[in-house]
Amino acid sequence: MSTALRATILIPLAALGCLAALIMVHRPTMAGQAGLGFWTLVGVLWLLAGIGLSALSHLRARSPAARRAVGLSVPILFGAFLFFLWEVIVVGAGVPSVLMPAPSAIAGRFMASLPTLREDFIQTFVKSVLSGYVMGCLSGFLVAIIADRIPFLRRGLLPLGNFVSALPVIGIAPIMVMWFGFDWHSKAAVVVVMTFFPMLVNTVAGLAAAGRQERDLMHSYAAGYWTTLVKLRLPVALPFIFNALKINSTLALIGAIVAEFFGTPIVGMGFRISIEVARMALDMVWAEIALAAIAGSAFYGLIALIERAATFWHPSYRT
Amino acid sequence: MLKRVTSEFGEKGDGPAHAASDHRLVAGHAGTSVVDIRGLSLTYEAADGPVYALSDVDLQIDEGEFVSFIGPSGCGKTTLLRVIADLEQPNAGHIHVNGVSPSEARLRRDYGFVFQTPALYPWRSIRKNVELPLEIFGLSKAERRERSDKQLDLVNLKGFENKFPWQLSGGMQQRASIARALSFDPKLLLMDEPFGALDEIVRDHLNEQLLQLWRKTGKTVLFVTHSIPEAVFLSTKIVVMSPRPGRIIDIIDAGVLGRERRLEVRETPEFLKIAHRVREGLRSGHSYDD
Ligand SMILES: Nc1ncnc2c1ncn2[C@@H]1O[C@H](COP(=O)(O)OP(=O)(O)OP(=O)(O)O)[C@@H](O)[C@H]1O
Ligand SMILES: [Mg+2]
Repeated sequence: MSTALRATILIPLAALGCLAALIMVHRPTMAGQAGLGFWTLVGVLWLLAGIGLSALSHLRARSPAARRAVGLSVPILFGAFLFFLWEVIVVGAGVPSVLMPAPSAIAGRFMASLPTLREDFIQTFVKSVLSGYVMGCLSGFLVAIIADRIPFLRRGLLPLGNFVSALPVIGIAPIMVMWFGFDWHSKAAVVVVMTFFPMLVNTVAGLAAAGRQERDLMHSYAAGYWTTLVKLRLPVALPFIFNALKINSTLALIGAIVAEFFGTPIVGMGFRISIEVARMALDMVWAEIALAAIAGSAFYGLIALIERAATFWHPSYRT
Repeated sequence: MLKRVTSEFGEKGDGPAHAASDHRLVAGHAGTSVVDIRGLSLTYEAADGPVYALSDVDLQIDEGEFVSFIGPSGCGKTTLLRVIADLEQPNAGHIHVNGVSPSEARLRRDYGFVFQTPALYPWRSIRKNVELPLEIFGLSKAERRERSDKQLDLVNLKGFENKFPWQLSGGMQQRASIARALSFDPKLLLMDEPFGALDEIVRDHLNEQLLQLWRKTGKTVLFVTHSIPEAVFLSTKIVVMSPRPGRIIDIIDAGVLGRERRLEVRETPEFLKIAHRVREGLRSGHSYDD
């Protein structure tokens, strides 16, 4: 059987099987007491999906659009299958929801608590993360430019940067709460501290990355410091800067959520996680985690898209 | 890292400048030498001791000449070119370019430098690369456009203006870098093994194109190479160098081959005679090694 045929037959077959298994496992007679027959079915589906997906990922599509569609569908189908496994195992084996709620339960909780999630999202992501991220990245970038002009600053700041990067958020968060109060300002401050140094270190490295001949060229045109900076060194530094922006997008979210564990008004993703855990409402905790995952990936994805457009010339993106 | 010995020779000092121009008057070169080098030495201070990259170099280059520098690896060809272009500072000696110090000449934008690699900026299209010096010099958009069109035409890159450097072959990239060097009409074209990484056939082709370009523009060209046929084919003057310490051991006039040259000139007795002399020079330079 050809790869294309295998993929087109096995994947829909597996999808139908999964659907049947999902309906089956949610029947009251089955939930929590699935027998050997059911688990065998799941095992067979696993096998089918595995072979189908592997065939799909080996598929050589001719047109670029089709290739992109195949490239996208493999991780989506794979992820969907993982969710399926999670659902049938938790429901079929009757895992207590305090330990691990089923994806369907989390989705249900998510939809039911949209207003709360919205408020938490605005408090944590829009106010703390975004403002802290912008301030931290911008100041890291500006200080890097200043440090580039003043060598002793560079020599002094970089080791300090490594030191601060090693500081745990847990340590600085309570201090920032003391300094800036309970509201989002203290969370933004934590985010600033966390994002500042990665940006500084990366930008300084990027500014030093221009090659000798490229710099000699500027010198032979009698170009001044700023001309060389704008026309050569900043473009060369761009991939480094985007690297910092991507690292920081995840750091900022982690920082803001963890910082909320140390005192916050009664809103925010970190706050919600800490009190819902105490109330054993694990489905709400998971809903918040899902929200954080969605927001974090969207943020990262957006930066990666901008990076692609801005550094299209870089060897890793050339077409 | 390596550090240069601090120069006792003030690049902008008035003293040496006067001394040199007096000297030149005495020598009867007044007004003709584009590059005038006397007693030039340069030592790199490396971690394991000094490297005598250039030692007591004397050289006069006239306007409109095509001068090749040839010699074994490490004999200081690149260093000499970089000193002329004010990218390195000598420890001793006098150097004048069009009657002023290299640094003044650089600030006057007298140099078009073509490096061993094309050194095009990958985020700029070919046209934008050629226009880079013009942007820096503050030319208007229309004028930049006109000049880049002209230069790209001159190096046969018409139709590739909007490509990016990495989309072009190595030979095309090097031609673009030549167009960039010529775009602001510098007095001197300095080329450091520009075709070193290219295959023989492309190289022959580019050599012919370069000769045509040189005849059309009448520029003074300083050209570093490892290839004897290339040096003889292109040059009106061949400077043979030898290493440790880097110095000039022979200066050969190749003007007899005329200015109009085709590749077939390489089979003529005159050509072979000059090539033979270059080879002899290189060989005698090597014997110092042992
Ligand atoms: N920045 C530097 N610091 C220390 N030594 C250097 C430096 N640049 C060149 N040298 C040394 O100076 C000598 C001359 O180098 P140069 O690059 O001018 O040689 P070259 O004739 O151009 O050689 P090639 O044909 O390999 O390009 C070499 O011995 C080299 O090791
Ligand atoms: Mg060299």
